[in-house]
Amino acid sequence: MQFPAVSVRALLPALIVLGTAGLVLVLDLLPPRARKGHLPVLSLAGIVLALLSTTWLWGEETRAFHGMIVLDGYALFLQLVICYAAGLVVLLSIDYLHERGLESGEYYALVLFATVGMLLMAAAGDLIVVFLSLELMSLSLYVLAGYFRARLASGEAAMKYFLLGAFASAFFLYGIALVYGATGTTNLDRIGASTGRDSLLTIGFALLLVGFGFKISSVPFHMWAPDVYVGAPTSVTVLVATGSKTAAFAALIRVLVSAFRGGQLDSTALLWVLAVATMTVGNVVAIAQSNLKRMLAYSSVAHVGYMLVGLTAGGALGAGAVLFYLLVYTFTTAGAFGVVLLLERAAGEGVSLADYAGLARGHGVLALVLSLFLLSLIGIPPLGGFVGKFYLFGAAVRSGYVGLAVIGVLNSAVASYYYLRLIVYMYMREPEAAPPPSATSFAGGLALAVALAGVIVLGVMPAPFIDLAQAAVTPLLR
Amino acid sequence: MTPGLLTWVTFLPALGGLGLALVPRRRSDLARVVALAIAVAVFALAVPLYLTFDGGRADPQFEERAGWMPTLGVSYHIGVDGISLLLVLLTAFLSPLALASAWRAVEERTKEFGIAMLILETGMIGVFVSLDLFLFYVFWEAMLIPMYFVIGVWGGPDRIYAAIKFVLYTLVGSLLMLVAILALYWQHGAATGVYTFDLPVLSRFVLAPGLAQDLMFLAFALAFAIKVPLFPFHTWLPDAHVEAPTAGSVILAGVLLKMGTYGFLRFCLPLFPDASIRFAPWVFALAVIGIIYGAWVSTVQPDLKKLVAYSSVSHLGFVMVGLFTLTAQGLVGGIIQMINHGLSTGALFLLVGMIYERRHTRLIADFGGLWRVIPAFSALFLIVSLSSLGLPGLNGFVGEFLILVGAFQVNRLVAALATSGIVFAAVYLLWMCQRVIFGPVTHPENRRLADLSAREWAVLVPALVLIVWIGVYPVAFTGKTEASVGALIAQVQSKAAAAGVRAR
Repeated sequence: MQFPAVSVRALLPALIVLGTAGLVLVLDLLPPRARKGHLPVLSLAGIVLALLSTTWLWGEETRAFHGMIVLDGYALFLQLVICYAAGLVVLLSIDYLHERGLESGEYYALVLFATVGMLLMAAAGDLIVVFLSLELMSLSLYVLAGYFRARLASGEAAMKYFLLGAFASAFFLYGIALVYGATGTTNLDRIGASTGRDSLLTIGFALLLVGFGFKISSVPFHMWAPDVYVGAPTSVTVLVATGSKTAAFAALIRVLVSAFRGGQLDSTALLWVLAVATMTVGNVVAIAQSNLKRMLAYSSVAHVGYMLVGLTAGGALGAGAVLFYLLVYTFTTAGAFGVVLLLERAAGEGVSLADYAGLARGHGVLALVLSLFLLSLIGIPPLGGFVGKFYLFGAAVRSGYVGLAVIGVLNSAVASYYYLRLIVYMYMREPEAAPPPSATSFAGGLALAVALAGVIVLGVMPAPFIDLAQAAVTPLLR
Repeated sequence: MTPGLLTWVTFLPALGGLGLALVPRRRSDLARVVALAIAVAVFALAVPLYLTFDGGRADPQFEERAGWMPTLGVSYHIGVDGISLLLVLLTAFLSPLALASAWRAVEERTKEFGIAMLILETGMIGVFVSLDLFLFYVFWEAMLIPMYFVIGVWGGPDRIYAAIKFVLYTLVGSLLMLVAILALYWQHGAATGVYTFDLPVLSRFVLAPGLAQDLMFLAFALAFAIKVPLFPFHTWLPDAHVEAPTAGSVILAGVLLKMGTYGFLRFCLPLFPDASIRFAPWVFALAVIGIIYGAWVSTVQPDLKKLVAYSSVSHLGFVMVGLFTLTAQGLVGGIIQMINHGLSTGALFLLVGMIYERRHTRLIADFGGLWRVIPAFSALFLIVSLSSLGLPGLNGFVGEFLILVGAFQVNRLVAALATSGIVFAAVYLLWMCQRVIFGPVTHPENRRLADLSAREWAVLVPALVLIVWIGVYPVAFTGKTEASVGALIAQVQSKAAAAGVRAR
């Protein structure tokens, strides 16, 4: 067996971020010890560079390391989304950590390591690589969730995330083993080419789906999400809600489309059930929440359900719709959590509905920005969320899943209730207590501006991005 | 592409609303003036549409088309024909009146109020001018949010409940319509190979009669029936009307409800002619129930605003009867009646708002004998009430007469029952006038009321001029619609016939 040729190109975005992470770790040890202001800037620079490298590599189609890494339009599109998510997280973290006196090099290094895992997941062409990158991402996130060492909720979040995540990883690994047993390979393309159709493969696939279901927090594997979202530092919550979900969807779609391309087993019935359960449980439970982070956690569960609608629909249209939705979802969710983060008080308070009563009077701009994100989450035009849902449900109707689309839109109507309730609190009620301290954060403001620009551009001028998403999924379906 | 006149009319309000955001928060007087000036400018831009519109042509005029999402077949395609022209004008006409009526009524967050009303105006005009289903849906949904704020922020004591109910009702209907729009899009694409949301193209497509067409019709019809509102989907309306500020009620009754009837006319009839014809008896039944039920419930309302709100259910039942007769008279009557209802009910809400500002009550029992104290107000109140109940010589008569002429050709029972609605309208409106403006002054607080101010005259007179103008010389308005209505009826009948042939 010969040693495979090392292809730097295929790994370029991940390598850039990895290098930055190493640099951050080294610089963290060097003086000056007191001021670490340059570390987030360096991290951000690395992420931006990786983002630029994805655009530079656009149109690339490389299979490297015996097909273990596949850098195609699909991978690049999702790496772009992940870079945006990571960049927003770094921007939001700067003042958030500074105010709490918790800035440190390892925080940024861990964010970058998690990002490396996500980037690799998007380009993974082999189940082993999927697993390794999934673990790299997850282990970094477990530590980050418990980053507020002094806070009980943070430790609880890390513990829950780790325990349940370890279970899910075990399921995933067992699934890989069974798939390997059935087909004799872990390479996605070769699994796809195999003609075996036995129960071993079916069970293996089901176990893989459990692992993915945990990472994207689809019902019934969503139990960890609310606790982790609430307990973890809000900046980490953003990363878990956007980047890790994007990465998990990236690998899931590739596995579904490349390895299990309908021939061996039909997963649409299963996905249909998952989609309906995830949307409905997420939205219905979100109604009952008074803690905003928890409400947004359940809302993000519901949005996973919408994306599963796209997966159920299948085909280039369905997969393209999910990709576009991931882009919109990343901006919208990062933005909504970003506003919550800026208004959060030092001890983790100030995130309940009542704290937002009359917000529009004290923080007019933040209230308006949050309202726009919420309206995008509902799917009100002309914001990105509308186009995303239009595209997803359009794909479902196209594939004949009209019932699923109807359930989806009714879910949107249910969801509008709790999003609008927050707007009611901000605009239509009087403040109950003293207004929360004015949140002035240049970096945080920049993050919100980027996210808002994304949501508006994707809503008003979605055509080029829809075309990109469509182009990105075509190599998969060949 | 350089934006044409219609684009300007559509987007000037929203652009102005964004500009209004630059006015400093403390200068609420300036914000009022700027908002009103923008709304008046929009109306000034809309008048040339009416003047240069060629009533002899049935096809859309002032058409503009630009690519938006070419891969999906979505384009920016707008235009007005005889059906939408009058509604665009009505919107542009009522918006400045509504803003002027709020001069004193809205004291808090005046600037934001102006912004919401102006964005709302863009949404409403956009709905009427869109000739692309995607674009239409964007405006249709986008319009919800400013209205939600208008009710929820500046409304009465129960405003939050009313605002959320309004949004949820509308959203459920319109989201199901979205699924139907998508289904239609794919069906058309699969059948013809052309994937497009363009309304004129889709209108030419003959959909096979059957379950699919019925379901699509029902999804569209539900969205519009909630908006109209057709009985039994009307329960959001009294809440929203009563809680909304006067300006919101005027826009809600004057324009928003017309979006429902317009939707039936613009989308249900041409897209699903076969289903429309088959479901017409059901629509007649619900409309007639609405006419009579709305009138009866109005009669017993103790609150003036609620009375006017329920009268809308009754009046819009007439419009629905007219539209589904599919006769030239019925359709023209329905369109004119949409305008009439906007003017008469809008004016009634303005008058109720004016008396509320003086007395801070809307209960009929708190008034009486107003004619002795404020004769000018009372006279206008009586004239508008008479126009609403269809007195010949005023606008309401023209619409109702044409609708009944159309209805008698199609279904005598429906026509006879609908006619009874006119009698009931006379009952509740005249009885209301009797209790409010005639008789002795029963409450001493009412003796010191001030009569109409110059600003209030300026708000009411334009509406009154149109009320009389349409009543005396309706051809100025019906003449613009007849060609388009004729073309629509011909299209519906030929498509239904073609579908019938295919079914055999």
